[in-house]
Amino acid sequence: MKKILTKNRLFLIYSLLIYGLIQLLYSFSALNNYHMQIIEIALINIILATSLNIINGFTGQFSLGHGGFMAIGAYTAGVLTTLVWKVPQMQALPKFTLFILAVILGGVLAAIVGVLLGIPTLRLRGDYLAIVTLAFQEIVKVAINAIDAVGGPRGLLGIPRLSTFTLIFLFTLVSIFIMKNIIYSTIGRAMKSIREDEVASELVGVNTTKYKVMAFSVGAFFAGIAGALLVHLLQLAHPTMFSFTSPSIAGPLSLLTMVYIGGAGSLSGSIIAAVFLTVLSELLRLGIDSVNAMHILPFTVGPEWRMVVYAVLLVVVMLYRTEGIMGQREFKMLVPEEEEKNAAGGS
Amino acid sequence: MDKIFNLQQLINGIQLGSIYALIAIGYTLVYGIIRLVNFAHGDFYMLGAYAAYFTINFMLAQRQNPYIIFILLVSMLAGALVAFLSNRIAYRKLRYKPRLSALITAIGVSMFLEYFTSAIPAIGPSYRPFPQFISMVNYNIGTAYFTNYQIINVSISIVLMLILTYIIKYTRLGMAMRASAQDKDALRLMGIDLEKIIDITFIVGGALAGAAGLLSGLTYPRILPYMGIVPGLKAFIAAVLGGIGNIGGAVAGAFILGISEVFGYSINSIIGEGIAYAILILVLIFLPQGLFGKRTGEKV
Repeated sequence: MKKILTKNRLFLIYSLLIYGLIQLLYSFSALNNYHMQIIEIALINIILATSLNIINGFTGQFSLGHGGFMAIGAYTAGVLTTLVWKVPQMQALPKFTLFILAVILGGVLAAIVGVLLGIPTLRLRGDYLAIVTLAFQEIVKVAINAIDAVGGPRGLLGIPRLSTFTLIFLFTLVSIFIMKNIIYSTIGRAMKSIREDEVASELVGVNTTKYKVMAFSVGAFFAGIAGALLVHLLQLAHPTMFSFTSPSIAGPLSLLTMVYIGGAGSLSGSIIAAVFLTVLSELLRLGIDSVNAMHILPFTVGPEWRMVVYAVLLVVVMLYRTEGIMGQREFKMLVPEEEEKNAAGGS
Repeated sequence: MDKIFNLQQLINGIQLGSIYALIAIGYTLVYGIIRLVNFAHGDFYMLGAYAAYFTINFMLAQRQNPYIIFILLVSMLAGALVAFLSNRIAYRKLRYKPRLSALITAIGVSMFLEYFTSAIPAIGPSYRPFPQFISMVNYNIGTAYFTNYQIINVSISIVLMLILTYIIKYTRLGMAMRASAQDKDALRLMGIDLEKIIDITFIVGGALAGAAGLLSGLTYPRILPYMGIVPGLKAFIAAVLGGIGNIGGAVAGAFILGISEVFGYSINSIIGEGIAYAILILVLIFLPQGLFGKRTGEKV
């Protein structure tokens, strides 16, 4: 334990500072509940973007199916907290224990599905894998639509608002912590070698199948957790939220935008892009509202402009900075110390 | 069984398949030459539908008779123009960058076209009724019936496909297009401008998608800025199903998909939506190169 703490000093110190600062600002009413909700969504987006980055950025398996994993986690936890755990026998346990259990179960189920999806589709590469994962995501949507017990096309209503800022922050912290440790382990190196050259890494003895499935299951696990947290924040789970065509800020398209604007292969990049895009999205919404309120234009400006700005950002970043904001670089606090020494000595 | 597998569903399936086929050809052509999954292709279809919508409404307001051929040319032109511009502005610079960045850019272009169209006040994000400018006639064959819209629809798409086949098979341009799919370096040595061929490919694909937009507006008379997403994905699935890069395969895949989807919808409206995706996953698991695709070895 002590070793873990000393090794990740910087990471822990910075995250405690951020947590303390936000709590302090909130207690002095510098941040209201609306701001807190944006911060909470940004934190969830951090989990989603970094977990997608493990699959897309670090392992180089172009997956478009993150919404499917999110939906599985979200619906599992949502069903547990709204339908299953309403029975009297469950009331003995504290509410938040049950909630944390539900979120983790959601993640586990998503990870299992990730493995099940990973094994048969591993023969496919590049665009073919992309389209199969996209198909998986749409099939999850269709399946949820077809199950009436979870609300079908109406969505799952009446989810209690159990995601608190502290809980979300804790989950985000633990997720980033686990993912960063995966990346700087043997597993992470194997994943990166698959990204650079799959055939070559297979030839030098990397079990590519194993690591590809592992990447899928890790990504799916955290996507499931984030999905579960998200629906307990919004108090609603709806199948279209997780479909490819969803324009929502935590939708699959926004997540891809976050990963590639931040830089595929950089956790720090995903974190920056998740925060930046979530805040930008809210600012654009406020901006559009205020332009409409001023009545200076002969027509009302639609909320679609938010997505137009997104799209232009994505194209411009891809054209002029193909590797994204951070490329493959990381913040110092996310890199273990010995890794840093290696990098300094090696180059 | 009799209720589900009847002639009516087959007719509707062929009708849907012919729309998918026109979009799928564009996917396959572009993929064959530059290996790009152009996610924005479904939006060229949407723009074709809107171009037709505005032209027809304008002509009706001028008390002119909108001829179907003229409208078809307008929507093909709209699709071709946007395809050409998106290639020039977005994809061209990424030609020698990693293929993934071009794919992400395509997603960006697609998002841009959808949301920009719906942000324009004259179009807006809601459904619009497509004008029924030809009076509808019903024909009966036994218990099934079909409309003159469906005849126009299927015949236009067949004519377009025949023209395309002629171009690809018998003209110098088609030869250059096939050659560029095979070997780009040899093409340059022969003194053919590759960028010009890519431009033309986008124009041809965009024109076909635009035509599909008009045809779908005729038969399913509700148009929306986001209408291109789902048919675009389905058409791409059709192209993959037939072995991407293979035009005949794309057409076959589109008809298989259209017909099975209509049958799926007749069983259950929810399952029908998922059937295309399920077929795709099954085919790719057993035949990773699609139904008619060539098996190629991985180069180390």
